[in-house]
Amino acid sequence: MDRLAYGLAALVGIAAAALGSYGMIGGVGTLRVVWLVPLGGLELTLDPLGGFFLALIGFAAVPASIYAMGSSPGERRDRFAYLVFVLSMCLVPLAANTMTFAITWELMSLASYFLVLHDRESKASIYAGWVYAVMTHAGLACLLAGMLLLGAWTGSPRFEDWRAAAPALSGAARNAVFVLLGLGFAGKAGVIPLHVWLPLAHPAAPSHVSALMSSVMIKLGVYGLLRVSLDWLGAGPAWWGVAILIAGAASSVIGVLYALVDHDLKRLLAFHSIENIGIILLGVGSAVLYHGAGLPAPALLGLAAALYHTVNHAAFKALLFLGAGAVVHATGTRNMEELGGLIKRMPWTAACFLVGSAAIAALPPLNGFVSEWLTFVALFQNRHLAAVGLNLVFILGIASLALTGGLAMACFVKAFGITFLALPRSDAAAHAHEAPVTMRLAMLTLAASCVALGLGPTLVIPVLGAVAASVLGEAPPATVGDWLTLHVSGGYASLSTLAIAIALGAALLVPLVTLPLVRASRRTRDYETWGCGRIMQTARMEYTATAFANPFKRVFDFFYRPTKRLDIEFHPESRFFVQRIEYENPARSIFHDWLYRPALDLLRAGARAAGALQSGSANLYLAYILAALLLMLVLA
Amino acid sequence: MFRQLRIAIRTGIVTEPAARGGEIERIGERLASEIARLFGRSLAIRQVDAGSCNGCELEIGGLTGPHYDLERFGVHFVASPRHADCLLVTGPVTRNMAEPLRRTWQATPDPKFVVAVGDCGRDGGIFRGSYAVVGGVADVVPVDAVIPGCPPSPAALLAGILEAIGRPR
Amino acid sequence: MIADFAVAVVQVLVVGMGAPLLVGVLRTLKARLVGRRGPSPWQPYADLRKLLGKEVVVSTTTSWVFRATPYVLVATMLVTALIVPVSVARPPLAFAGNVILLVYLFMLGTFFLALAGLDAGSAFGGMGSSREVAVAALAEPTVIVAVFALALRADTIDLGRVVERFGQEPWLAANPAHLLAFAAFFIVMLAETGRLPVDNPATHLELTMIHEAMVLEYSGRYLALVEWAGAMKLFLFMTLLANLFVPWGLTGPVEPGAVLLGLLALAAKLAVLTGAVALLETTVAKLRLFRVPELLAGSFALAFLSLMAVILFR
Repeated sequence: MDRLAYGLAALVGIAAAALGSYGMIGGVGTLRVVWLVPLGGLELTLDPLGGFFLALIGFAAVPASIYAMGSSPGERRDRFAYLVFVLSMCLVPLAANTMTFAITWELMSLASYFLVLHDRESKASIYAGWVYAVMTHAGLACLLAGMLLLGAWTGSPRFEDWRAAAPALSGAARNAVFVLLGLGFAGKAGVIPLHVWLPLAHPAAPSHVSALMSSVMIKLGVYGLLRVSLDWLGAGPAWWGVAILIAGAASSVIGVLYALVDHDLKRLLAFHSIENIGIILLGVGSAVLYHGAGLPAPALLGLAAALYHTVNHAAFKALLFLGAGAVVHATGTRNMEELGGLIKRMPWTAACFLVGSAAIAALPPLNGFVSEWLTFVALFQNRHLAAVGLNLVFILGIASLALTGGLAMACFVKAFGITFLALPRSDAAAHAHEAPVTMRLAMLTLAASCVALGLGPTLVIPVLGAVAASVLGEAPPATVGDWLTLHVSGGYASLSTLAIAIALGAALLVPLVTLPLVRASRRTRDYETWGCGRIMQTARMEYTATAFANPFKRVFDFFYRPTKRLDIEFHPESRFFVQRIEYENPARSIFHDWLYRPALDLLRAGARAAGALQSGSANLYLAYILAALLLMLVLA
Repeated sequence: MFRQLRIAIRTGIVTEPAARGGEIERIGERLASEIARLFGRSLAIRQVDAGSCNGCELEIGGLTGPHYDLERFGVHFVASPRHADCLLVTGPVTRNMAEPLRRTWQATPDPKFVVAVGDCGRDGGIFRGSYAVVGGVADVVPVDAVIPGCPPSPAALLAGILEAIGRPR
Repeated sequence: MIADFAVAVVQVLVVGMGAPLLVGVLRTLKARLVGRRGPSPWQPYADLRKLLGKEVVVSTTTSWVFRATPYVLVATMLVTALIVPVSVARPPLAFAGNVILLVYLFMLGTFFLALAGLDAGSAFGGMGSSREVAVAALAEPTVIVAVFALALRADTIDLGRVVERFGQEPWLAANPAHLLAFAAFFIVMLAETGRLPVDNPATHLELTMIHEAMVLEYSGRYLALVEWAGAMKLFLFMTLLANLFVPWGLTGPVEPGAVLLGLLALAAKLAVLTGAVALLETTVAKLRLFRVPELLAGSFALAFLSLMAVILFR
């Protein structure tokens, strides 16, 4: 019965998925309870975009909850927080006015804060929870400011009224609201440079929570950005789309660069979430720019690509986090440098993790490839734009996307190869056991969905196109191809992952069939790895994750600013004999050094200066009250 | 870049025709014809230095140069014993290199054969009887052919290798 | 339908059977340029045949990934052979994707090969994997940007239609942007196929290896498959370079005469390219590993300039 909460969460997920799908295909509904809370009351509305995100949350919550049933139950507080977390996330896309949104958003943040802090003893956990709480509430402050301002200027707290009244506002007002709301939502999504909480919070939380946080919670930031840039404020100036595009390009590259040099399995996955949010924002930014330039078809394509990548990322990121959780569950460590050889001891987990790695590395014919392909084609449509400046921004986006694709592949070769292949690097890894059945079931479901989403874009794109069309206020795309091929933009490009998959399958048979035909030898012999005839071959001779990332650290050293440390312990008798060598080459975060530390120092200095006001003298405080009273009387 | 090309074109091809009838001592029981059938058109050699003085290595190094050009017969040197068909072993097999040589031989896939080079490879050469030396490659791995000499000239090496794989030219 | 199937078979045969010949001709040319007689151009076929007769020695450290990789490599190359315009402008699988699909199909092969390098648990394999994925990752932006420059001029990104457009309107190709994109793509070709100055395919020093280090553990039929896939990768990259930038000889309709003309034109273009690569490999020294990113950044700059030229002079 202590797993009841997870079962309930799974049921909530299924209901959410069903309701969301209903919303996506055009069903609408409203629930309004005016007296429950002030400032407009509780109002929930279902529309295609909200339905899409609702279905997404449900789709990710089910495997995560099933997985959680297989792991250790945890305290009652954690189980309750998890249920609240899932429920509040489901309500956010349905919120239809400021108060409802703020309540559901804050519930989500609080529930996830308690989940991040589930290990109350560890200093790292406490720090992670604290940074997360600060960043999420700073974001909430921006959101509330933006929404309240918009509500005040348009005269109503309801989102529907904003759609009608916002185009009448002045440009400066809309820009101000865009900046505030954009910052708030970007912080939740983990866009550079507001990302600092992500790599701290996601590893600290238990794996099923990390999976949900990474696959759907940060997508709610994207949901907000979509509402702000395309829905509530109407069409905006070009710099909105440019800002989103540049933020996306920066996030995608910087996220993967940090992931490359990280050897904590879950923190690496968290950085990859930043990267994928960047890719999604590339699609969103291009849609905003095309929509503003009056190009409906490319805008639809950009938005559909972004939505597709949202779904795909939810699928493979949840899969990867659940896999990482299974590894941590079996070995007790997240550090890749202590793992290895797990493919022989955890074959199911390894196979699922391989599917997830191939999906996130955008390898055909899986789902990551399809959405990156769509994003590329959407970015290529800038050929319709005449402004050279805009073309330059798009080229920046294209180059970033290309670079990030390659680097993501490199990073997952490292993640899968060091963790699962070759020999175990520690006793914990040598004695790992396979994950329990529920965990495996959850992972297999997600792996199957990755394959299905990859092979079936012709079925998914029409649905997403309809959702995108409803957001942009355009007609849905007429034809997107037949069951086999996806045709884009009137013959500009076409894609058929199903044909590729069949061709790959057939091509795999070619050597299997021809080798016996040419009478190839079938003899096989097992022997040790070739080590130049070395007498002692141990796991210490394998490649390490630090070594694997070394070329990247060198190439991008202007970004990482590595600080090398080498400690050599000599034998007391003679300096010619070395007892121990410790080598460390950590990368420094330029955001910490150049953005957050100066900002925090400034804040502290300001707080210290303002502290002079609190002298402790009651007479001075009475004088303050008198002055404030006089000021109010004068101004009123 | 162009100066180099001009010199190359002016110098032309300097490969000398290989000498016939190489002198080798066949030790193994394997039929010469079988090795010739398998590796007559393509042979991959992995050279193993089992404690040699490097005199033989210098001569072997000349084989890949323009004058002796081993590659024109389809023979080439490889880095890994997994890729190799023939182990070309030099040196009198010092005690420290005995086990690595055995492991290299085990790492080479069948069918394979071993050619010992020089007097050291045959029976230890001038180091025979030393405390640090096992004495001849045949004491560690099964040897199919020996190319005598101290060191054998590249022409002798070439002729010997070709004789081992049964190439008439 | 039948015509498409016939063209598919022809392309697979040409790429599959012709790739070792390409590698053999390259080796012979390189040898002749340094004054050696060199191996016969048909030598790779003898090498492959001999390898098929050898047993396979598999390390006990490896897993199924190691054994599956040679088949995955061959499969990706064969599928790519059906997408790249080898003999006709629109090969059978051209509808399935465009150059982005090609780039990622090559990356699928690289992904598995890098995993196989790590699987053996040797330091050489890991080093090869690390370097190979670094080079592949840094080369990717150049390819995409260079092909986007072409696609902008041809107004489509579908490979077959790009080839048709440039074939029918040759003046579109007479453009400095085209030459810049060609130079950028040429450098990427050298990097991705592991030729000098990025990687020396004939080296024996493990510390200088990039591609070779990952295949040190393979033997027998696995090695034959890996070598064959490597030869096919070189063939396909050169074909892409030749037929995308110089598409003369490739026609649209699928008839026996057109296919033959396409193949003859391809042979001529490949001969020229092979000569150029052989010349470059004999005169240029291998770059230090940490200078390779500078070379790739230079090729990206060329591709970027090409794209800017197309955009500014539309």
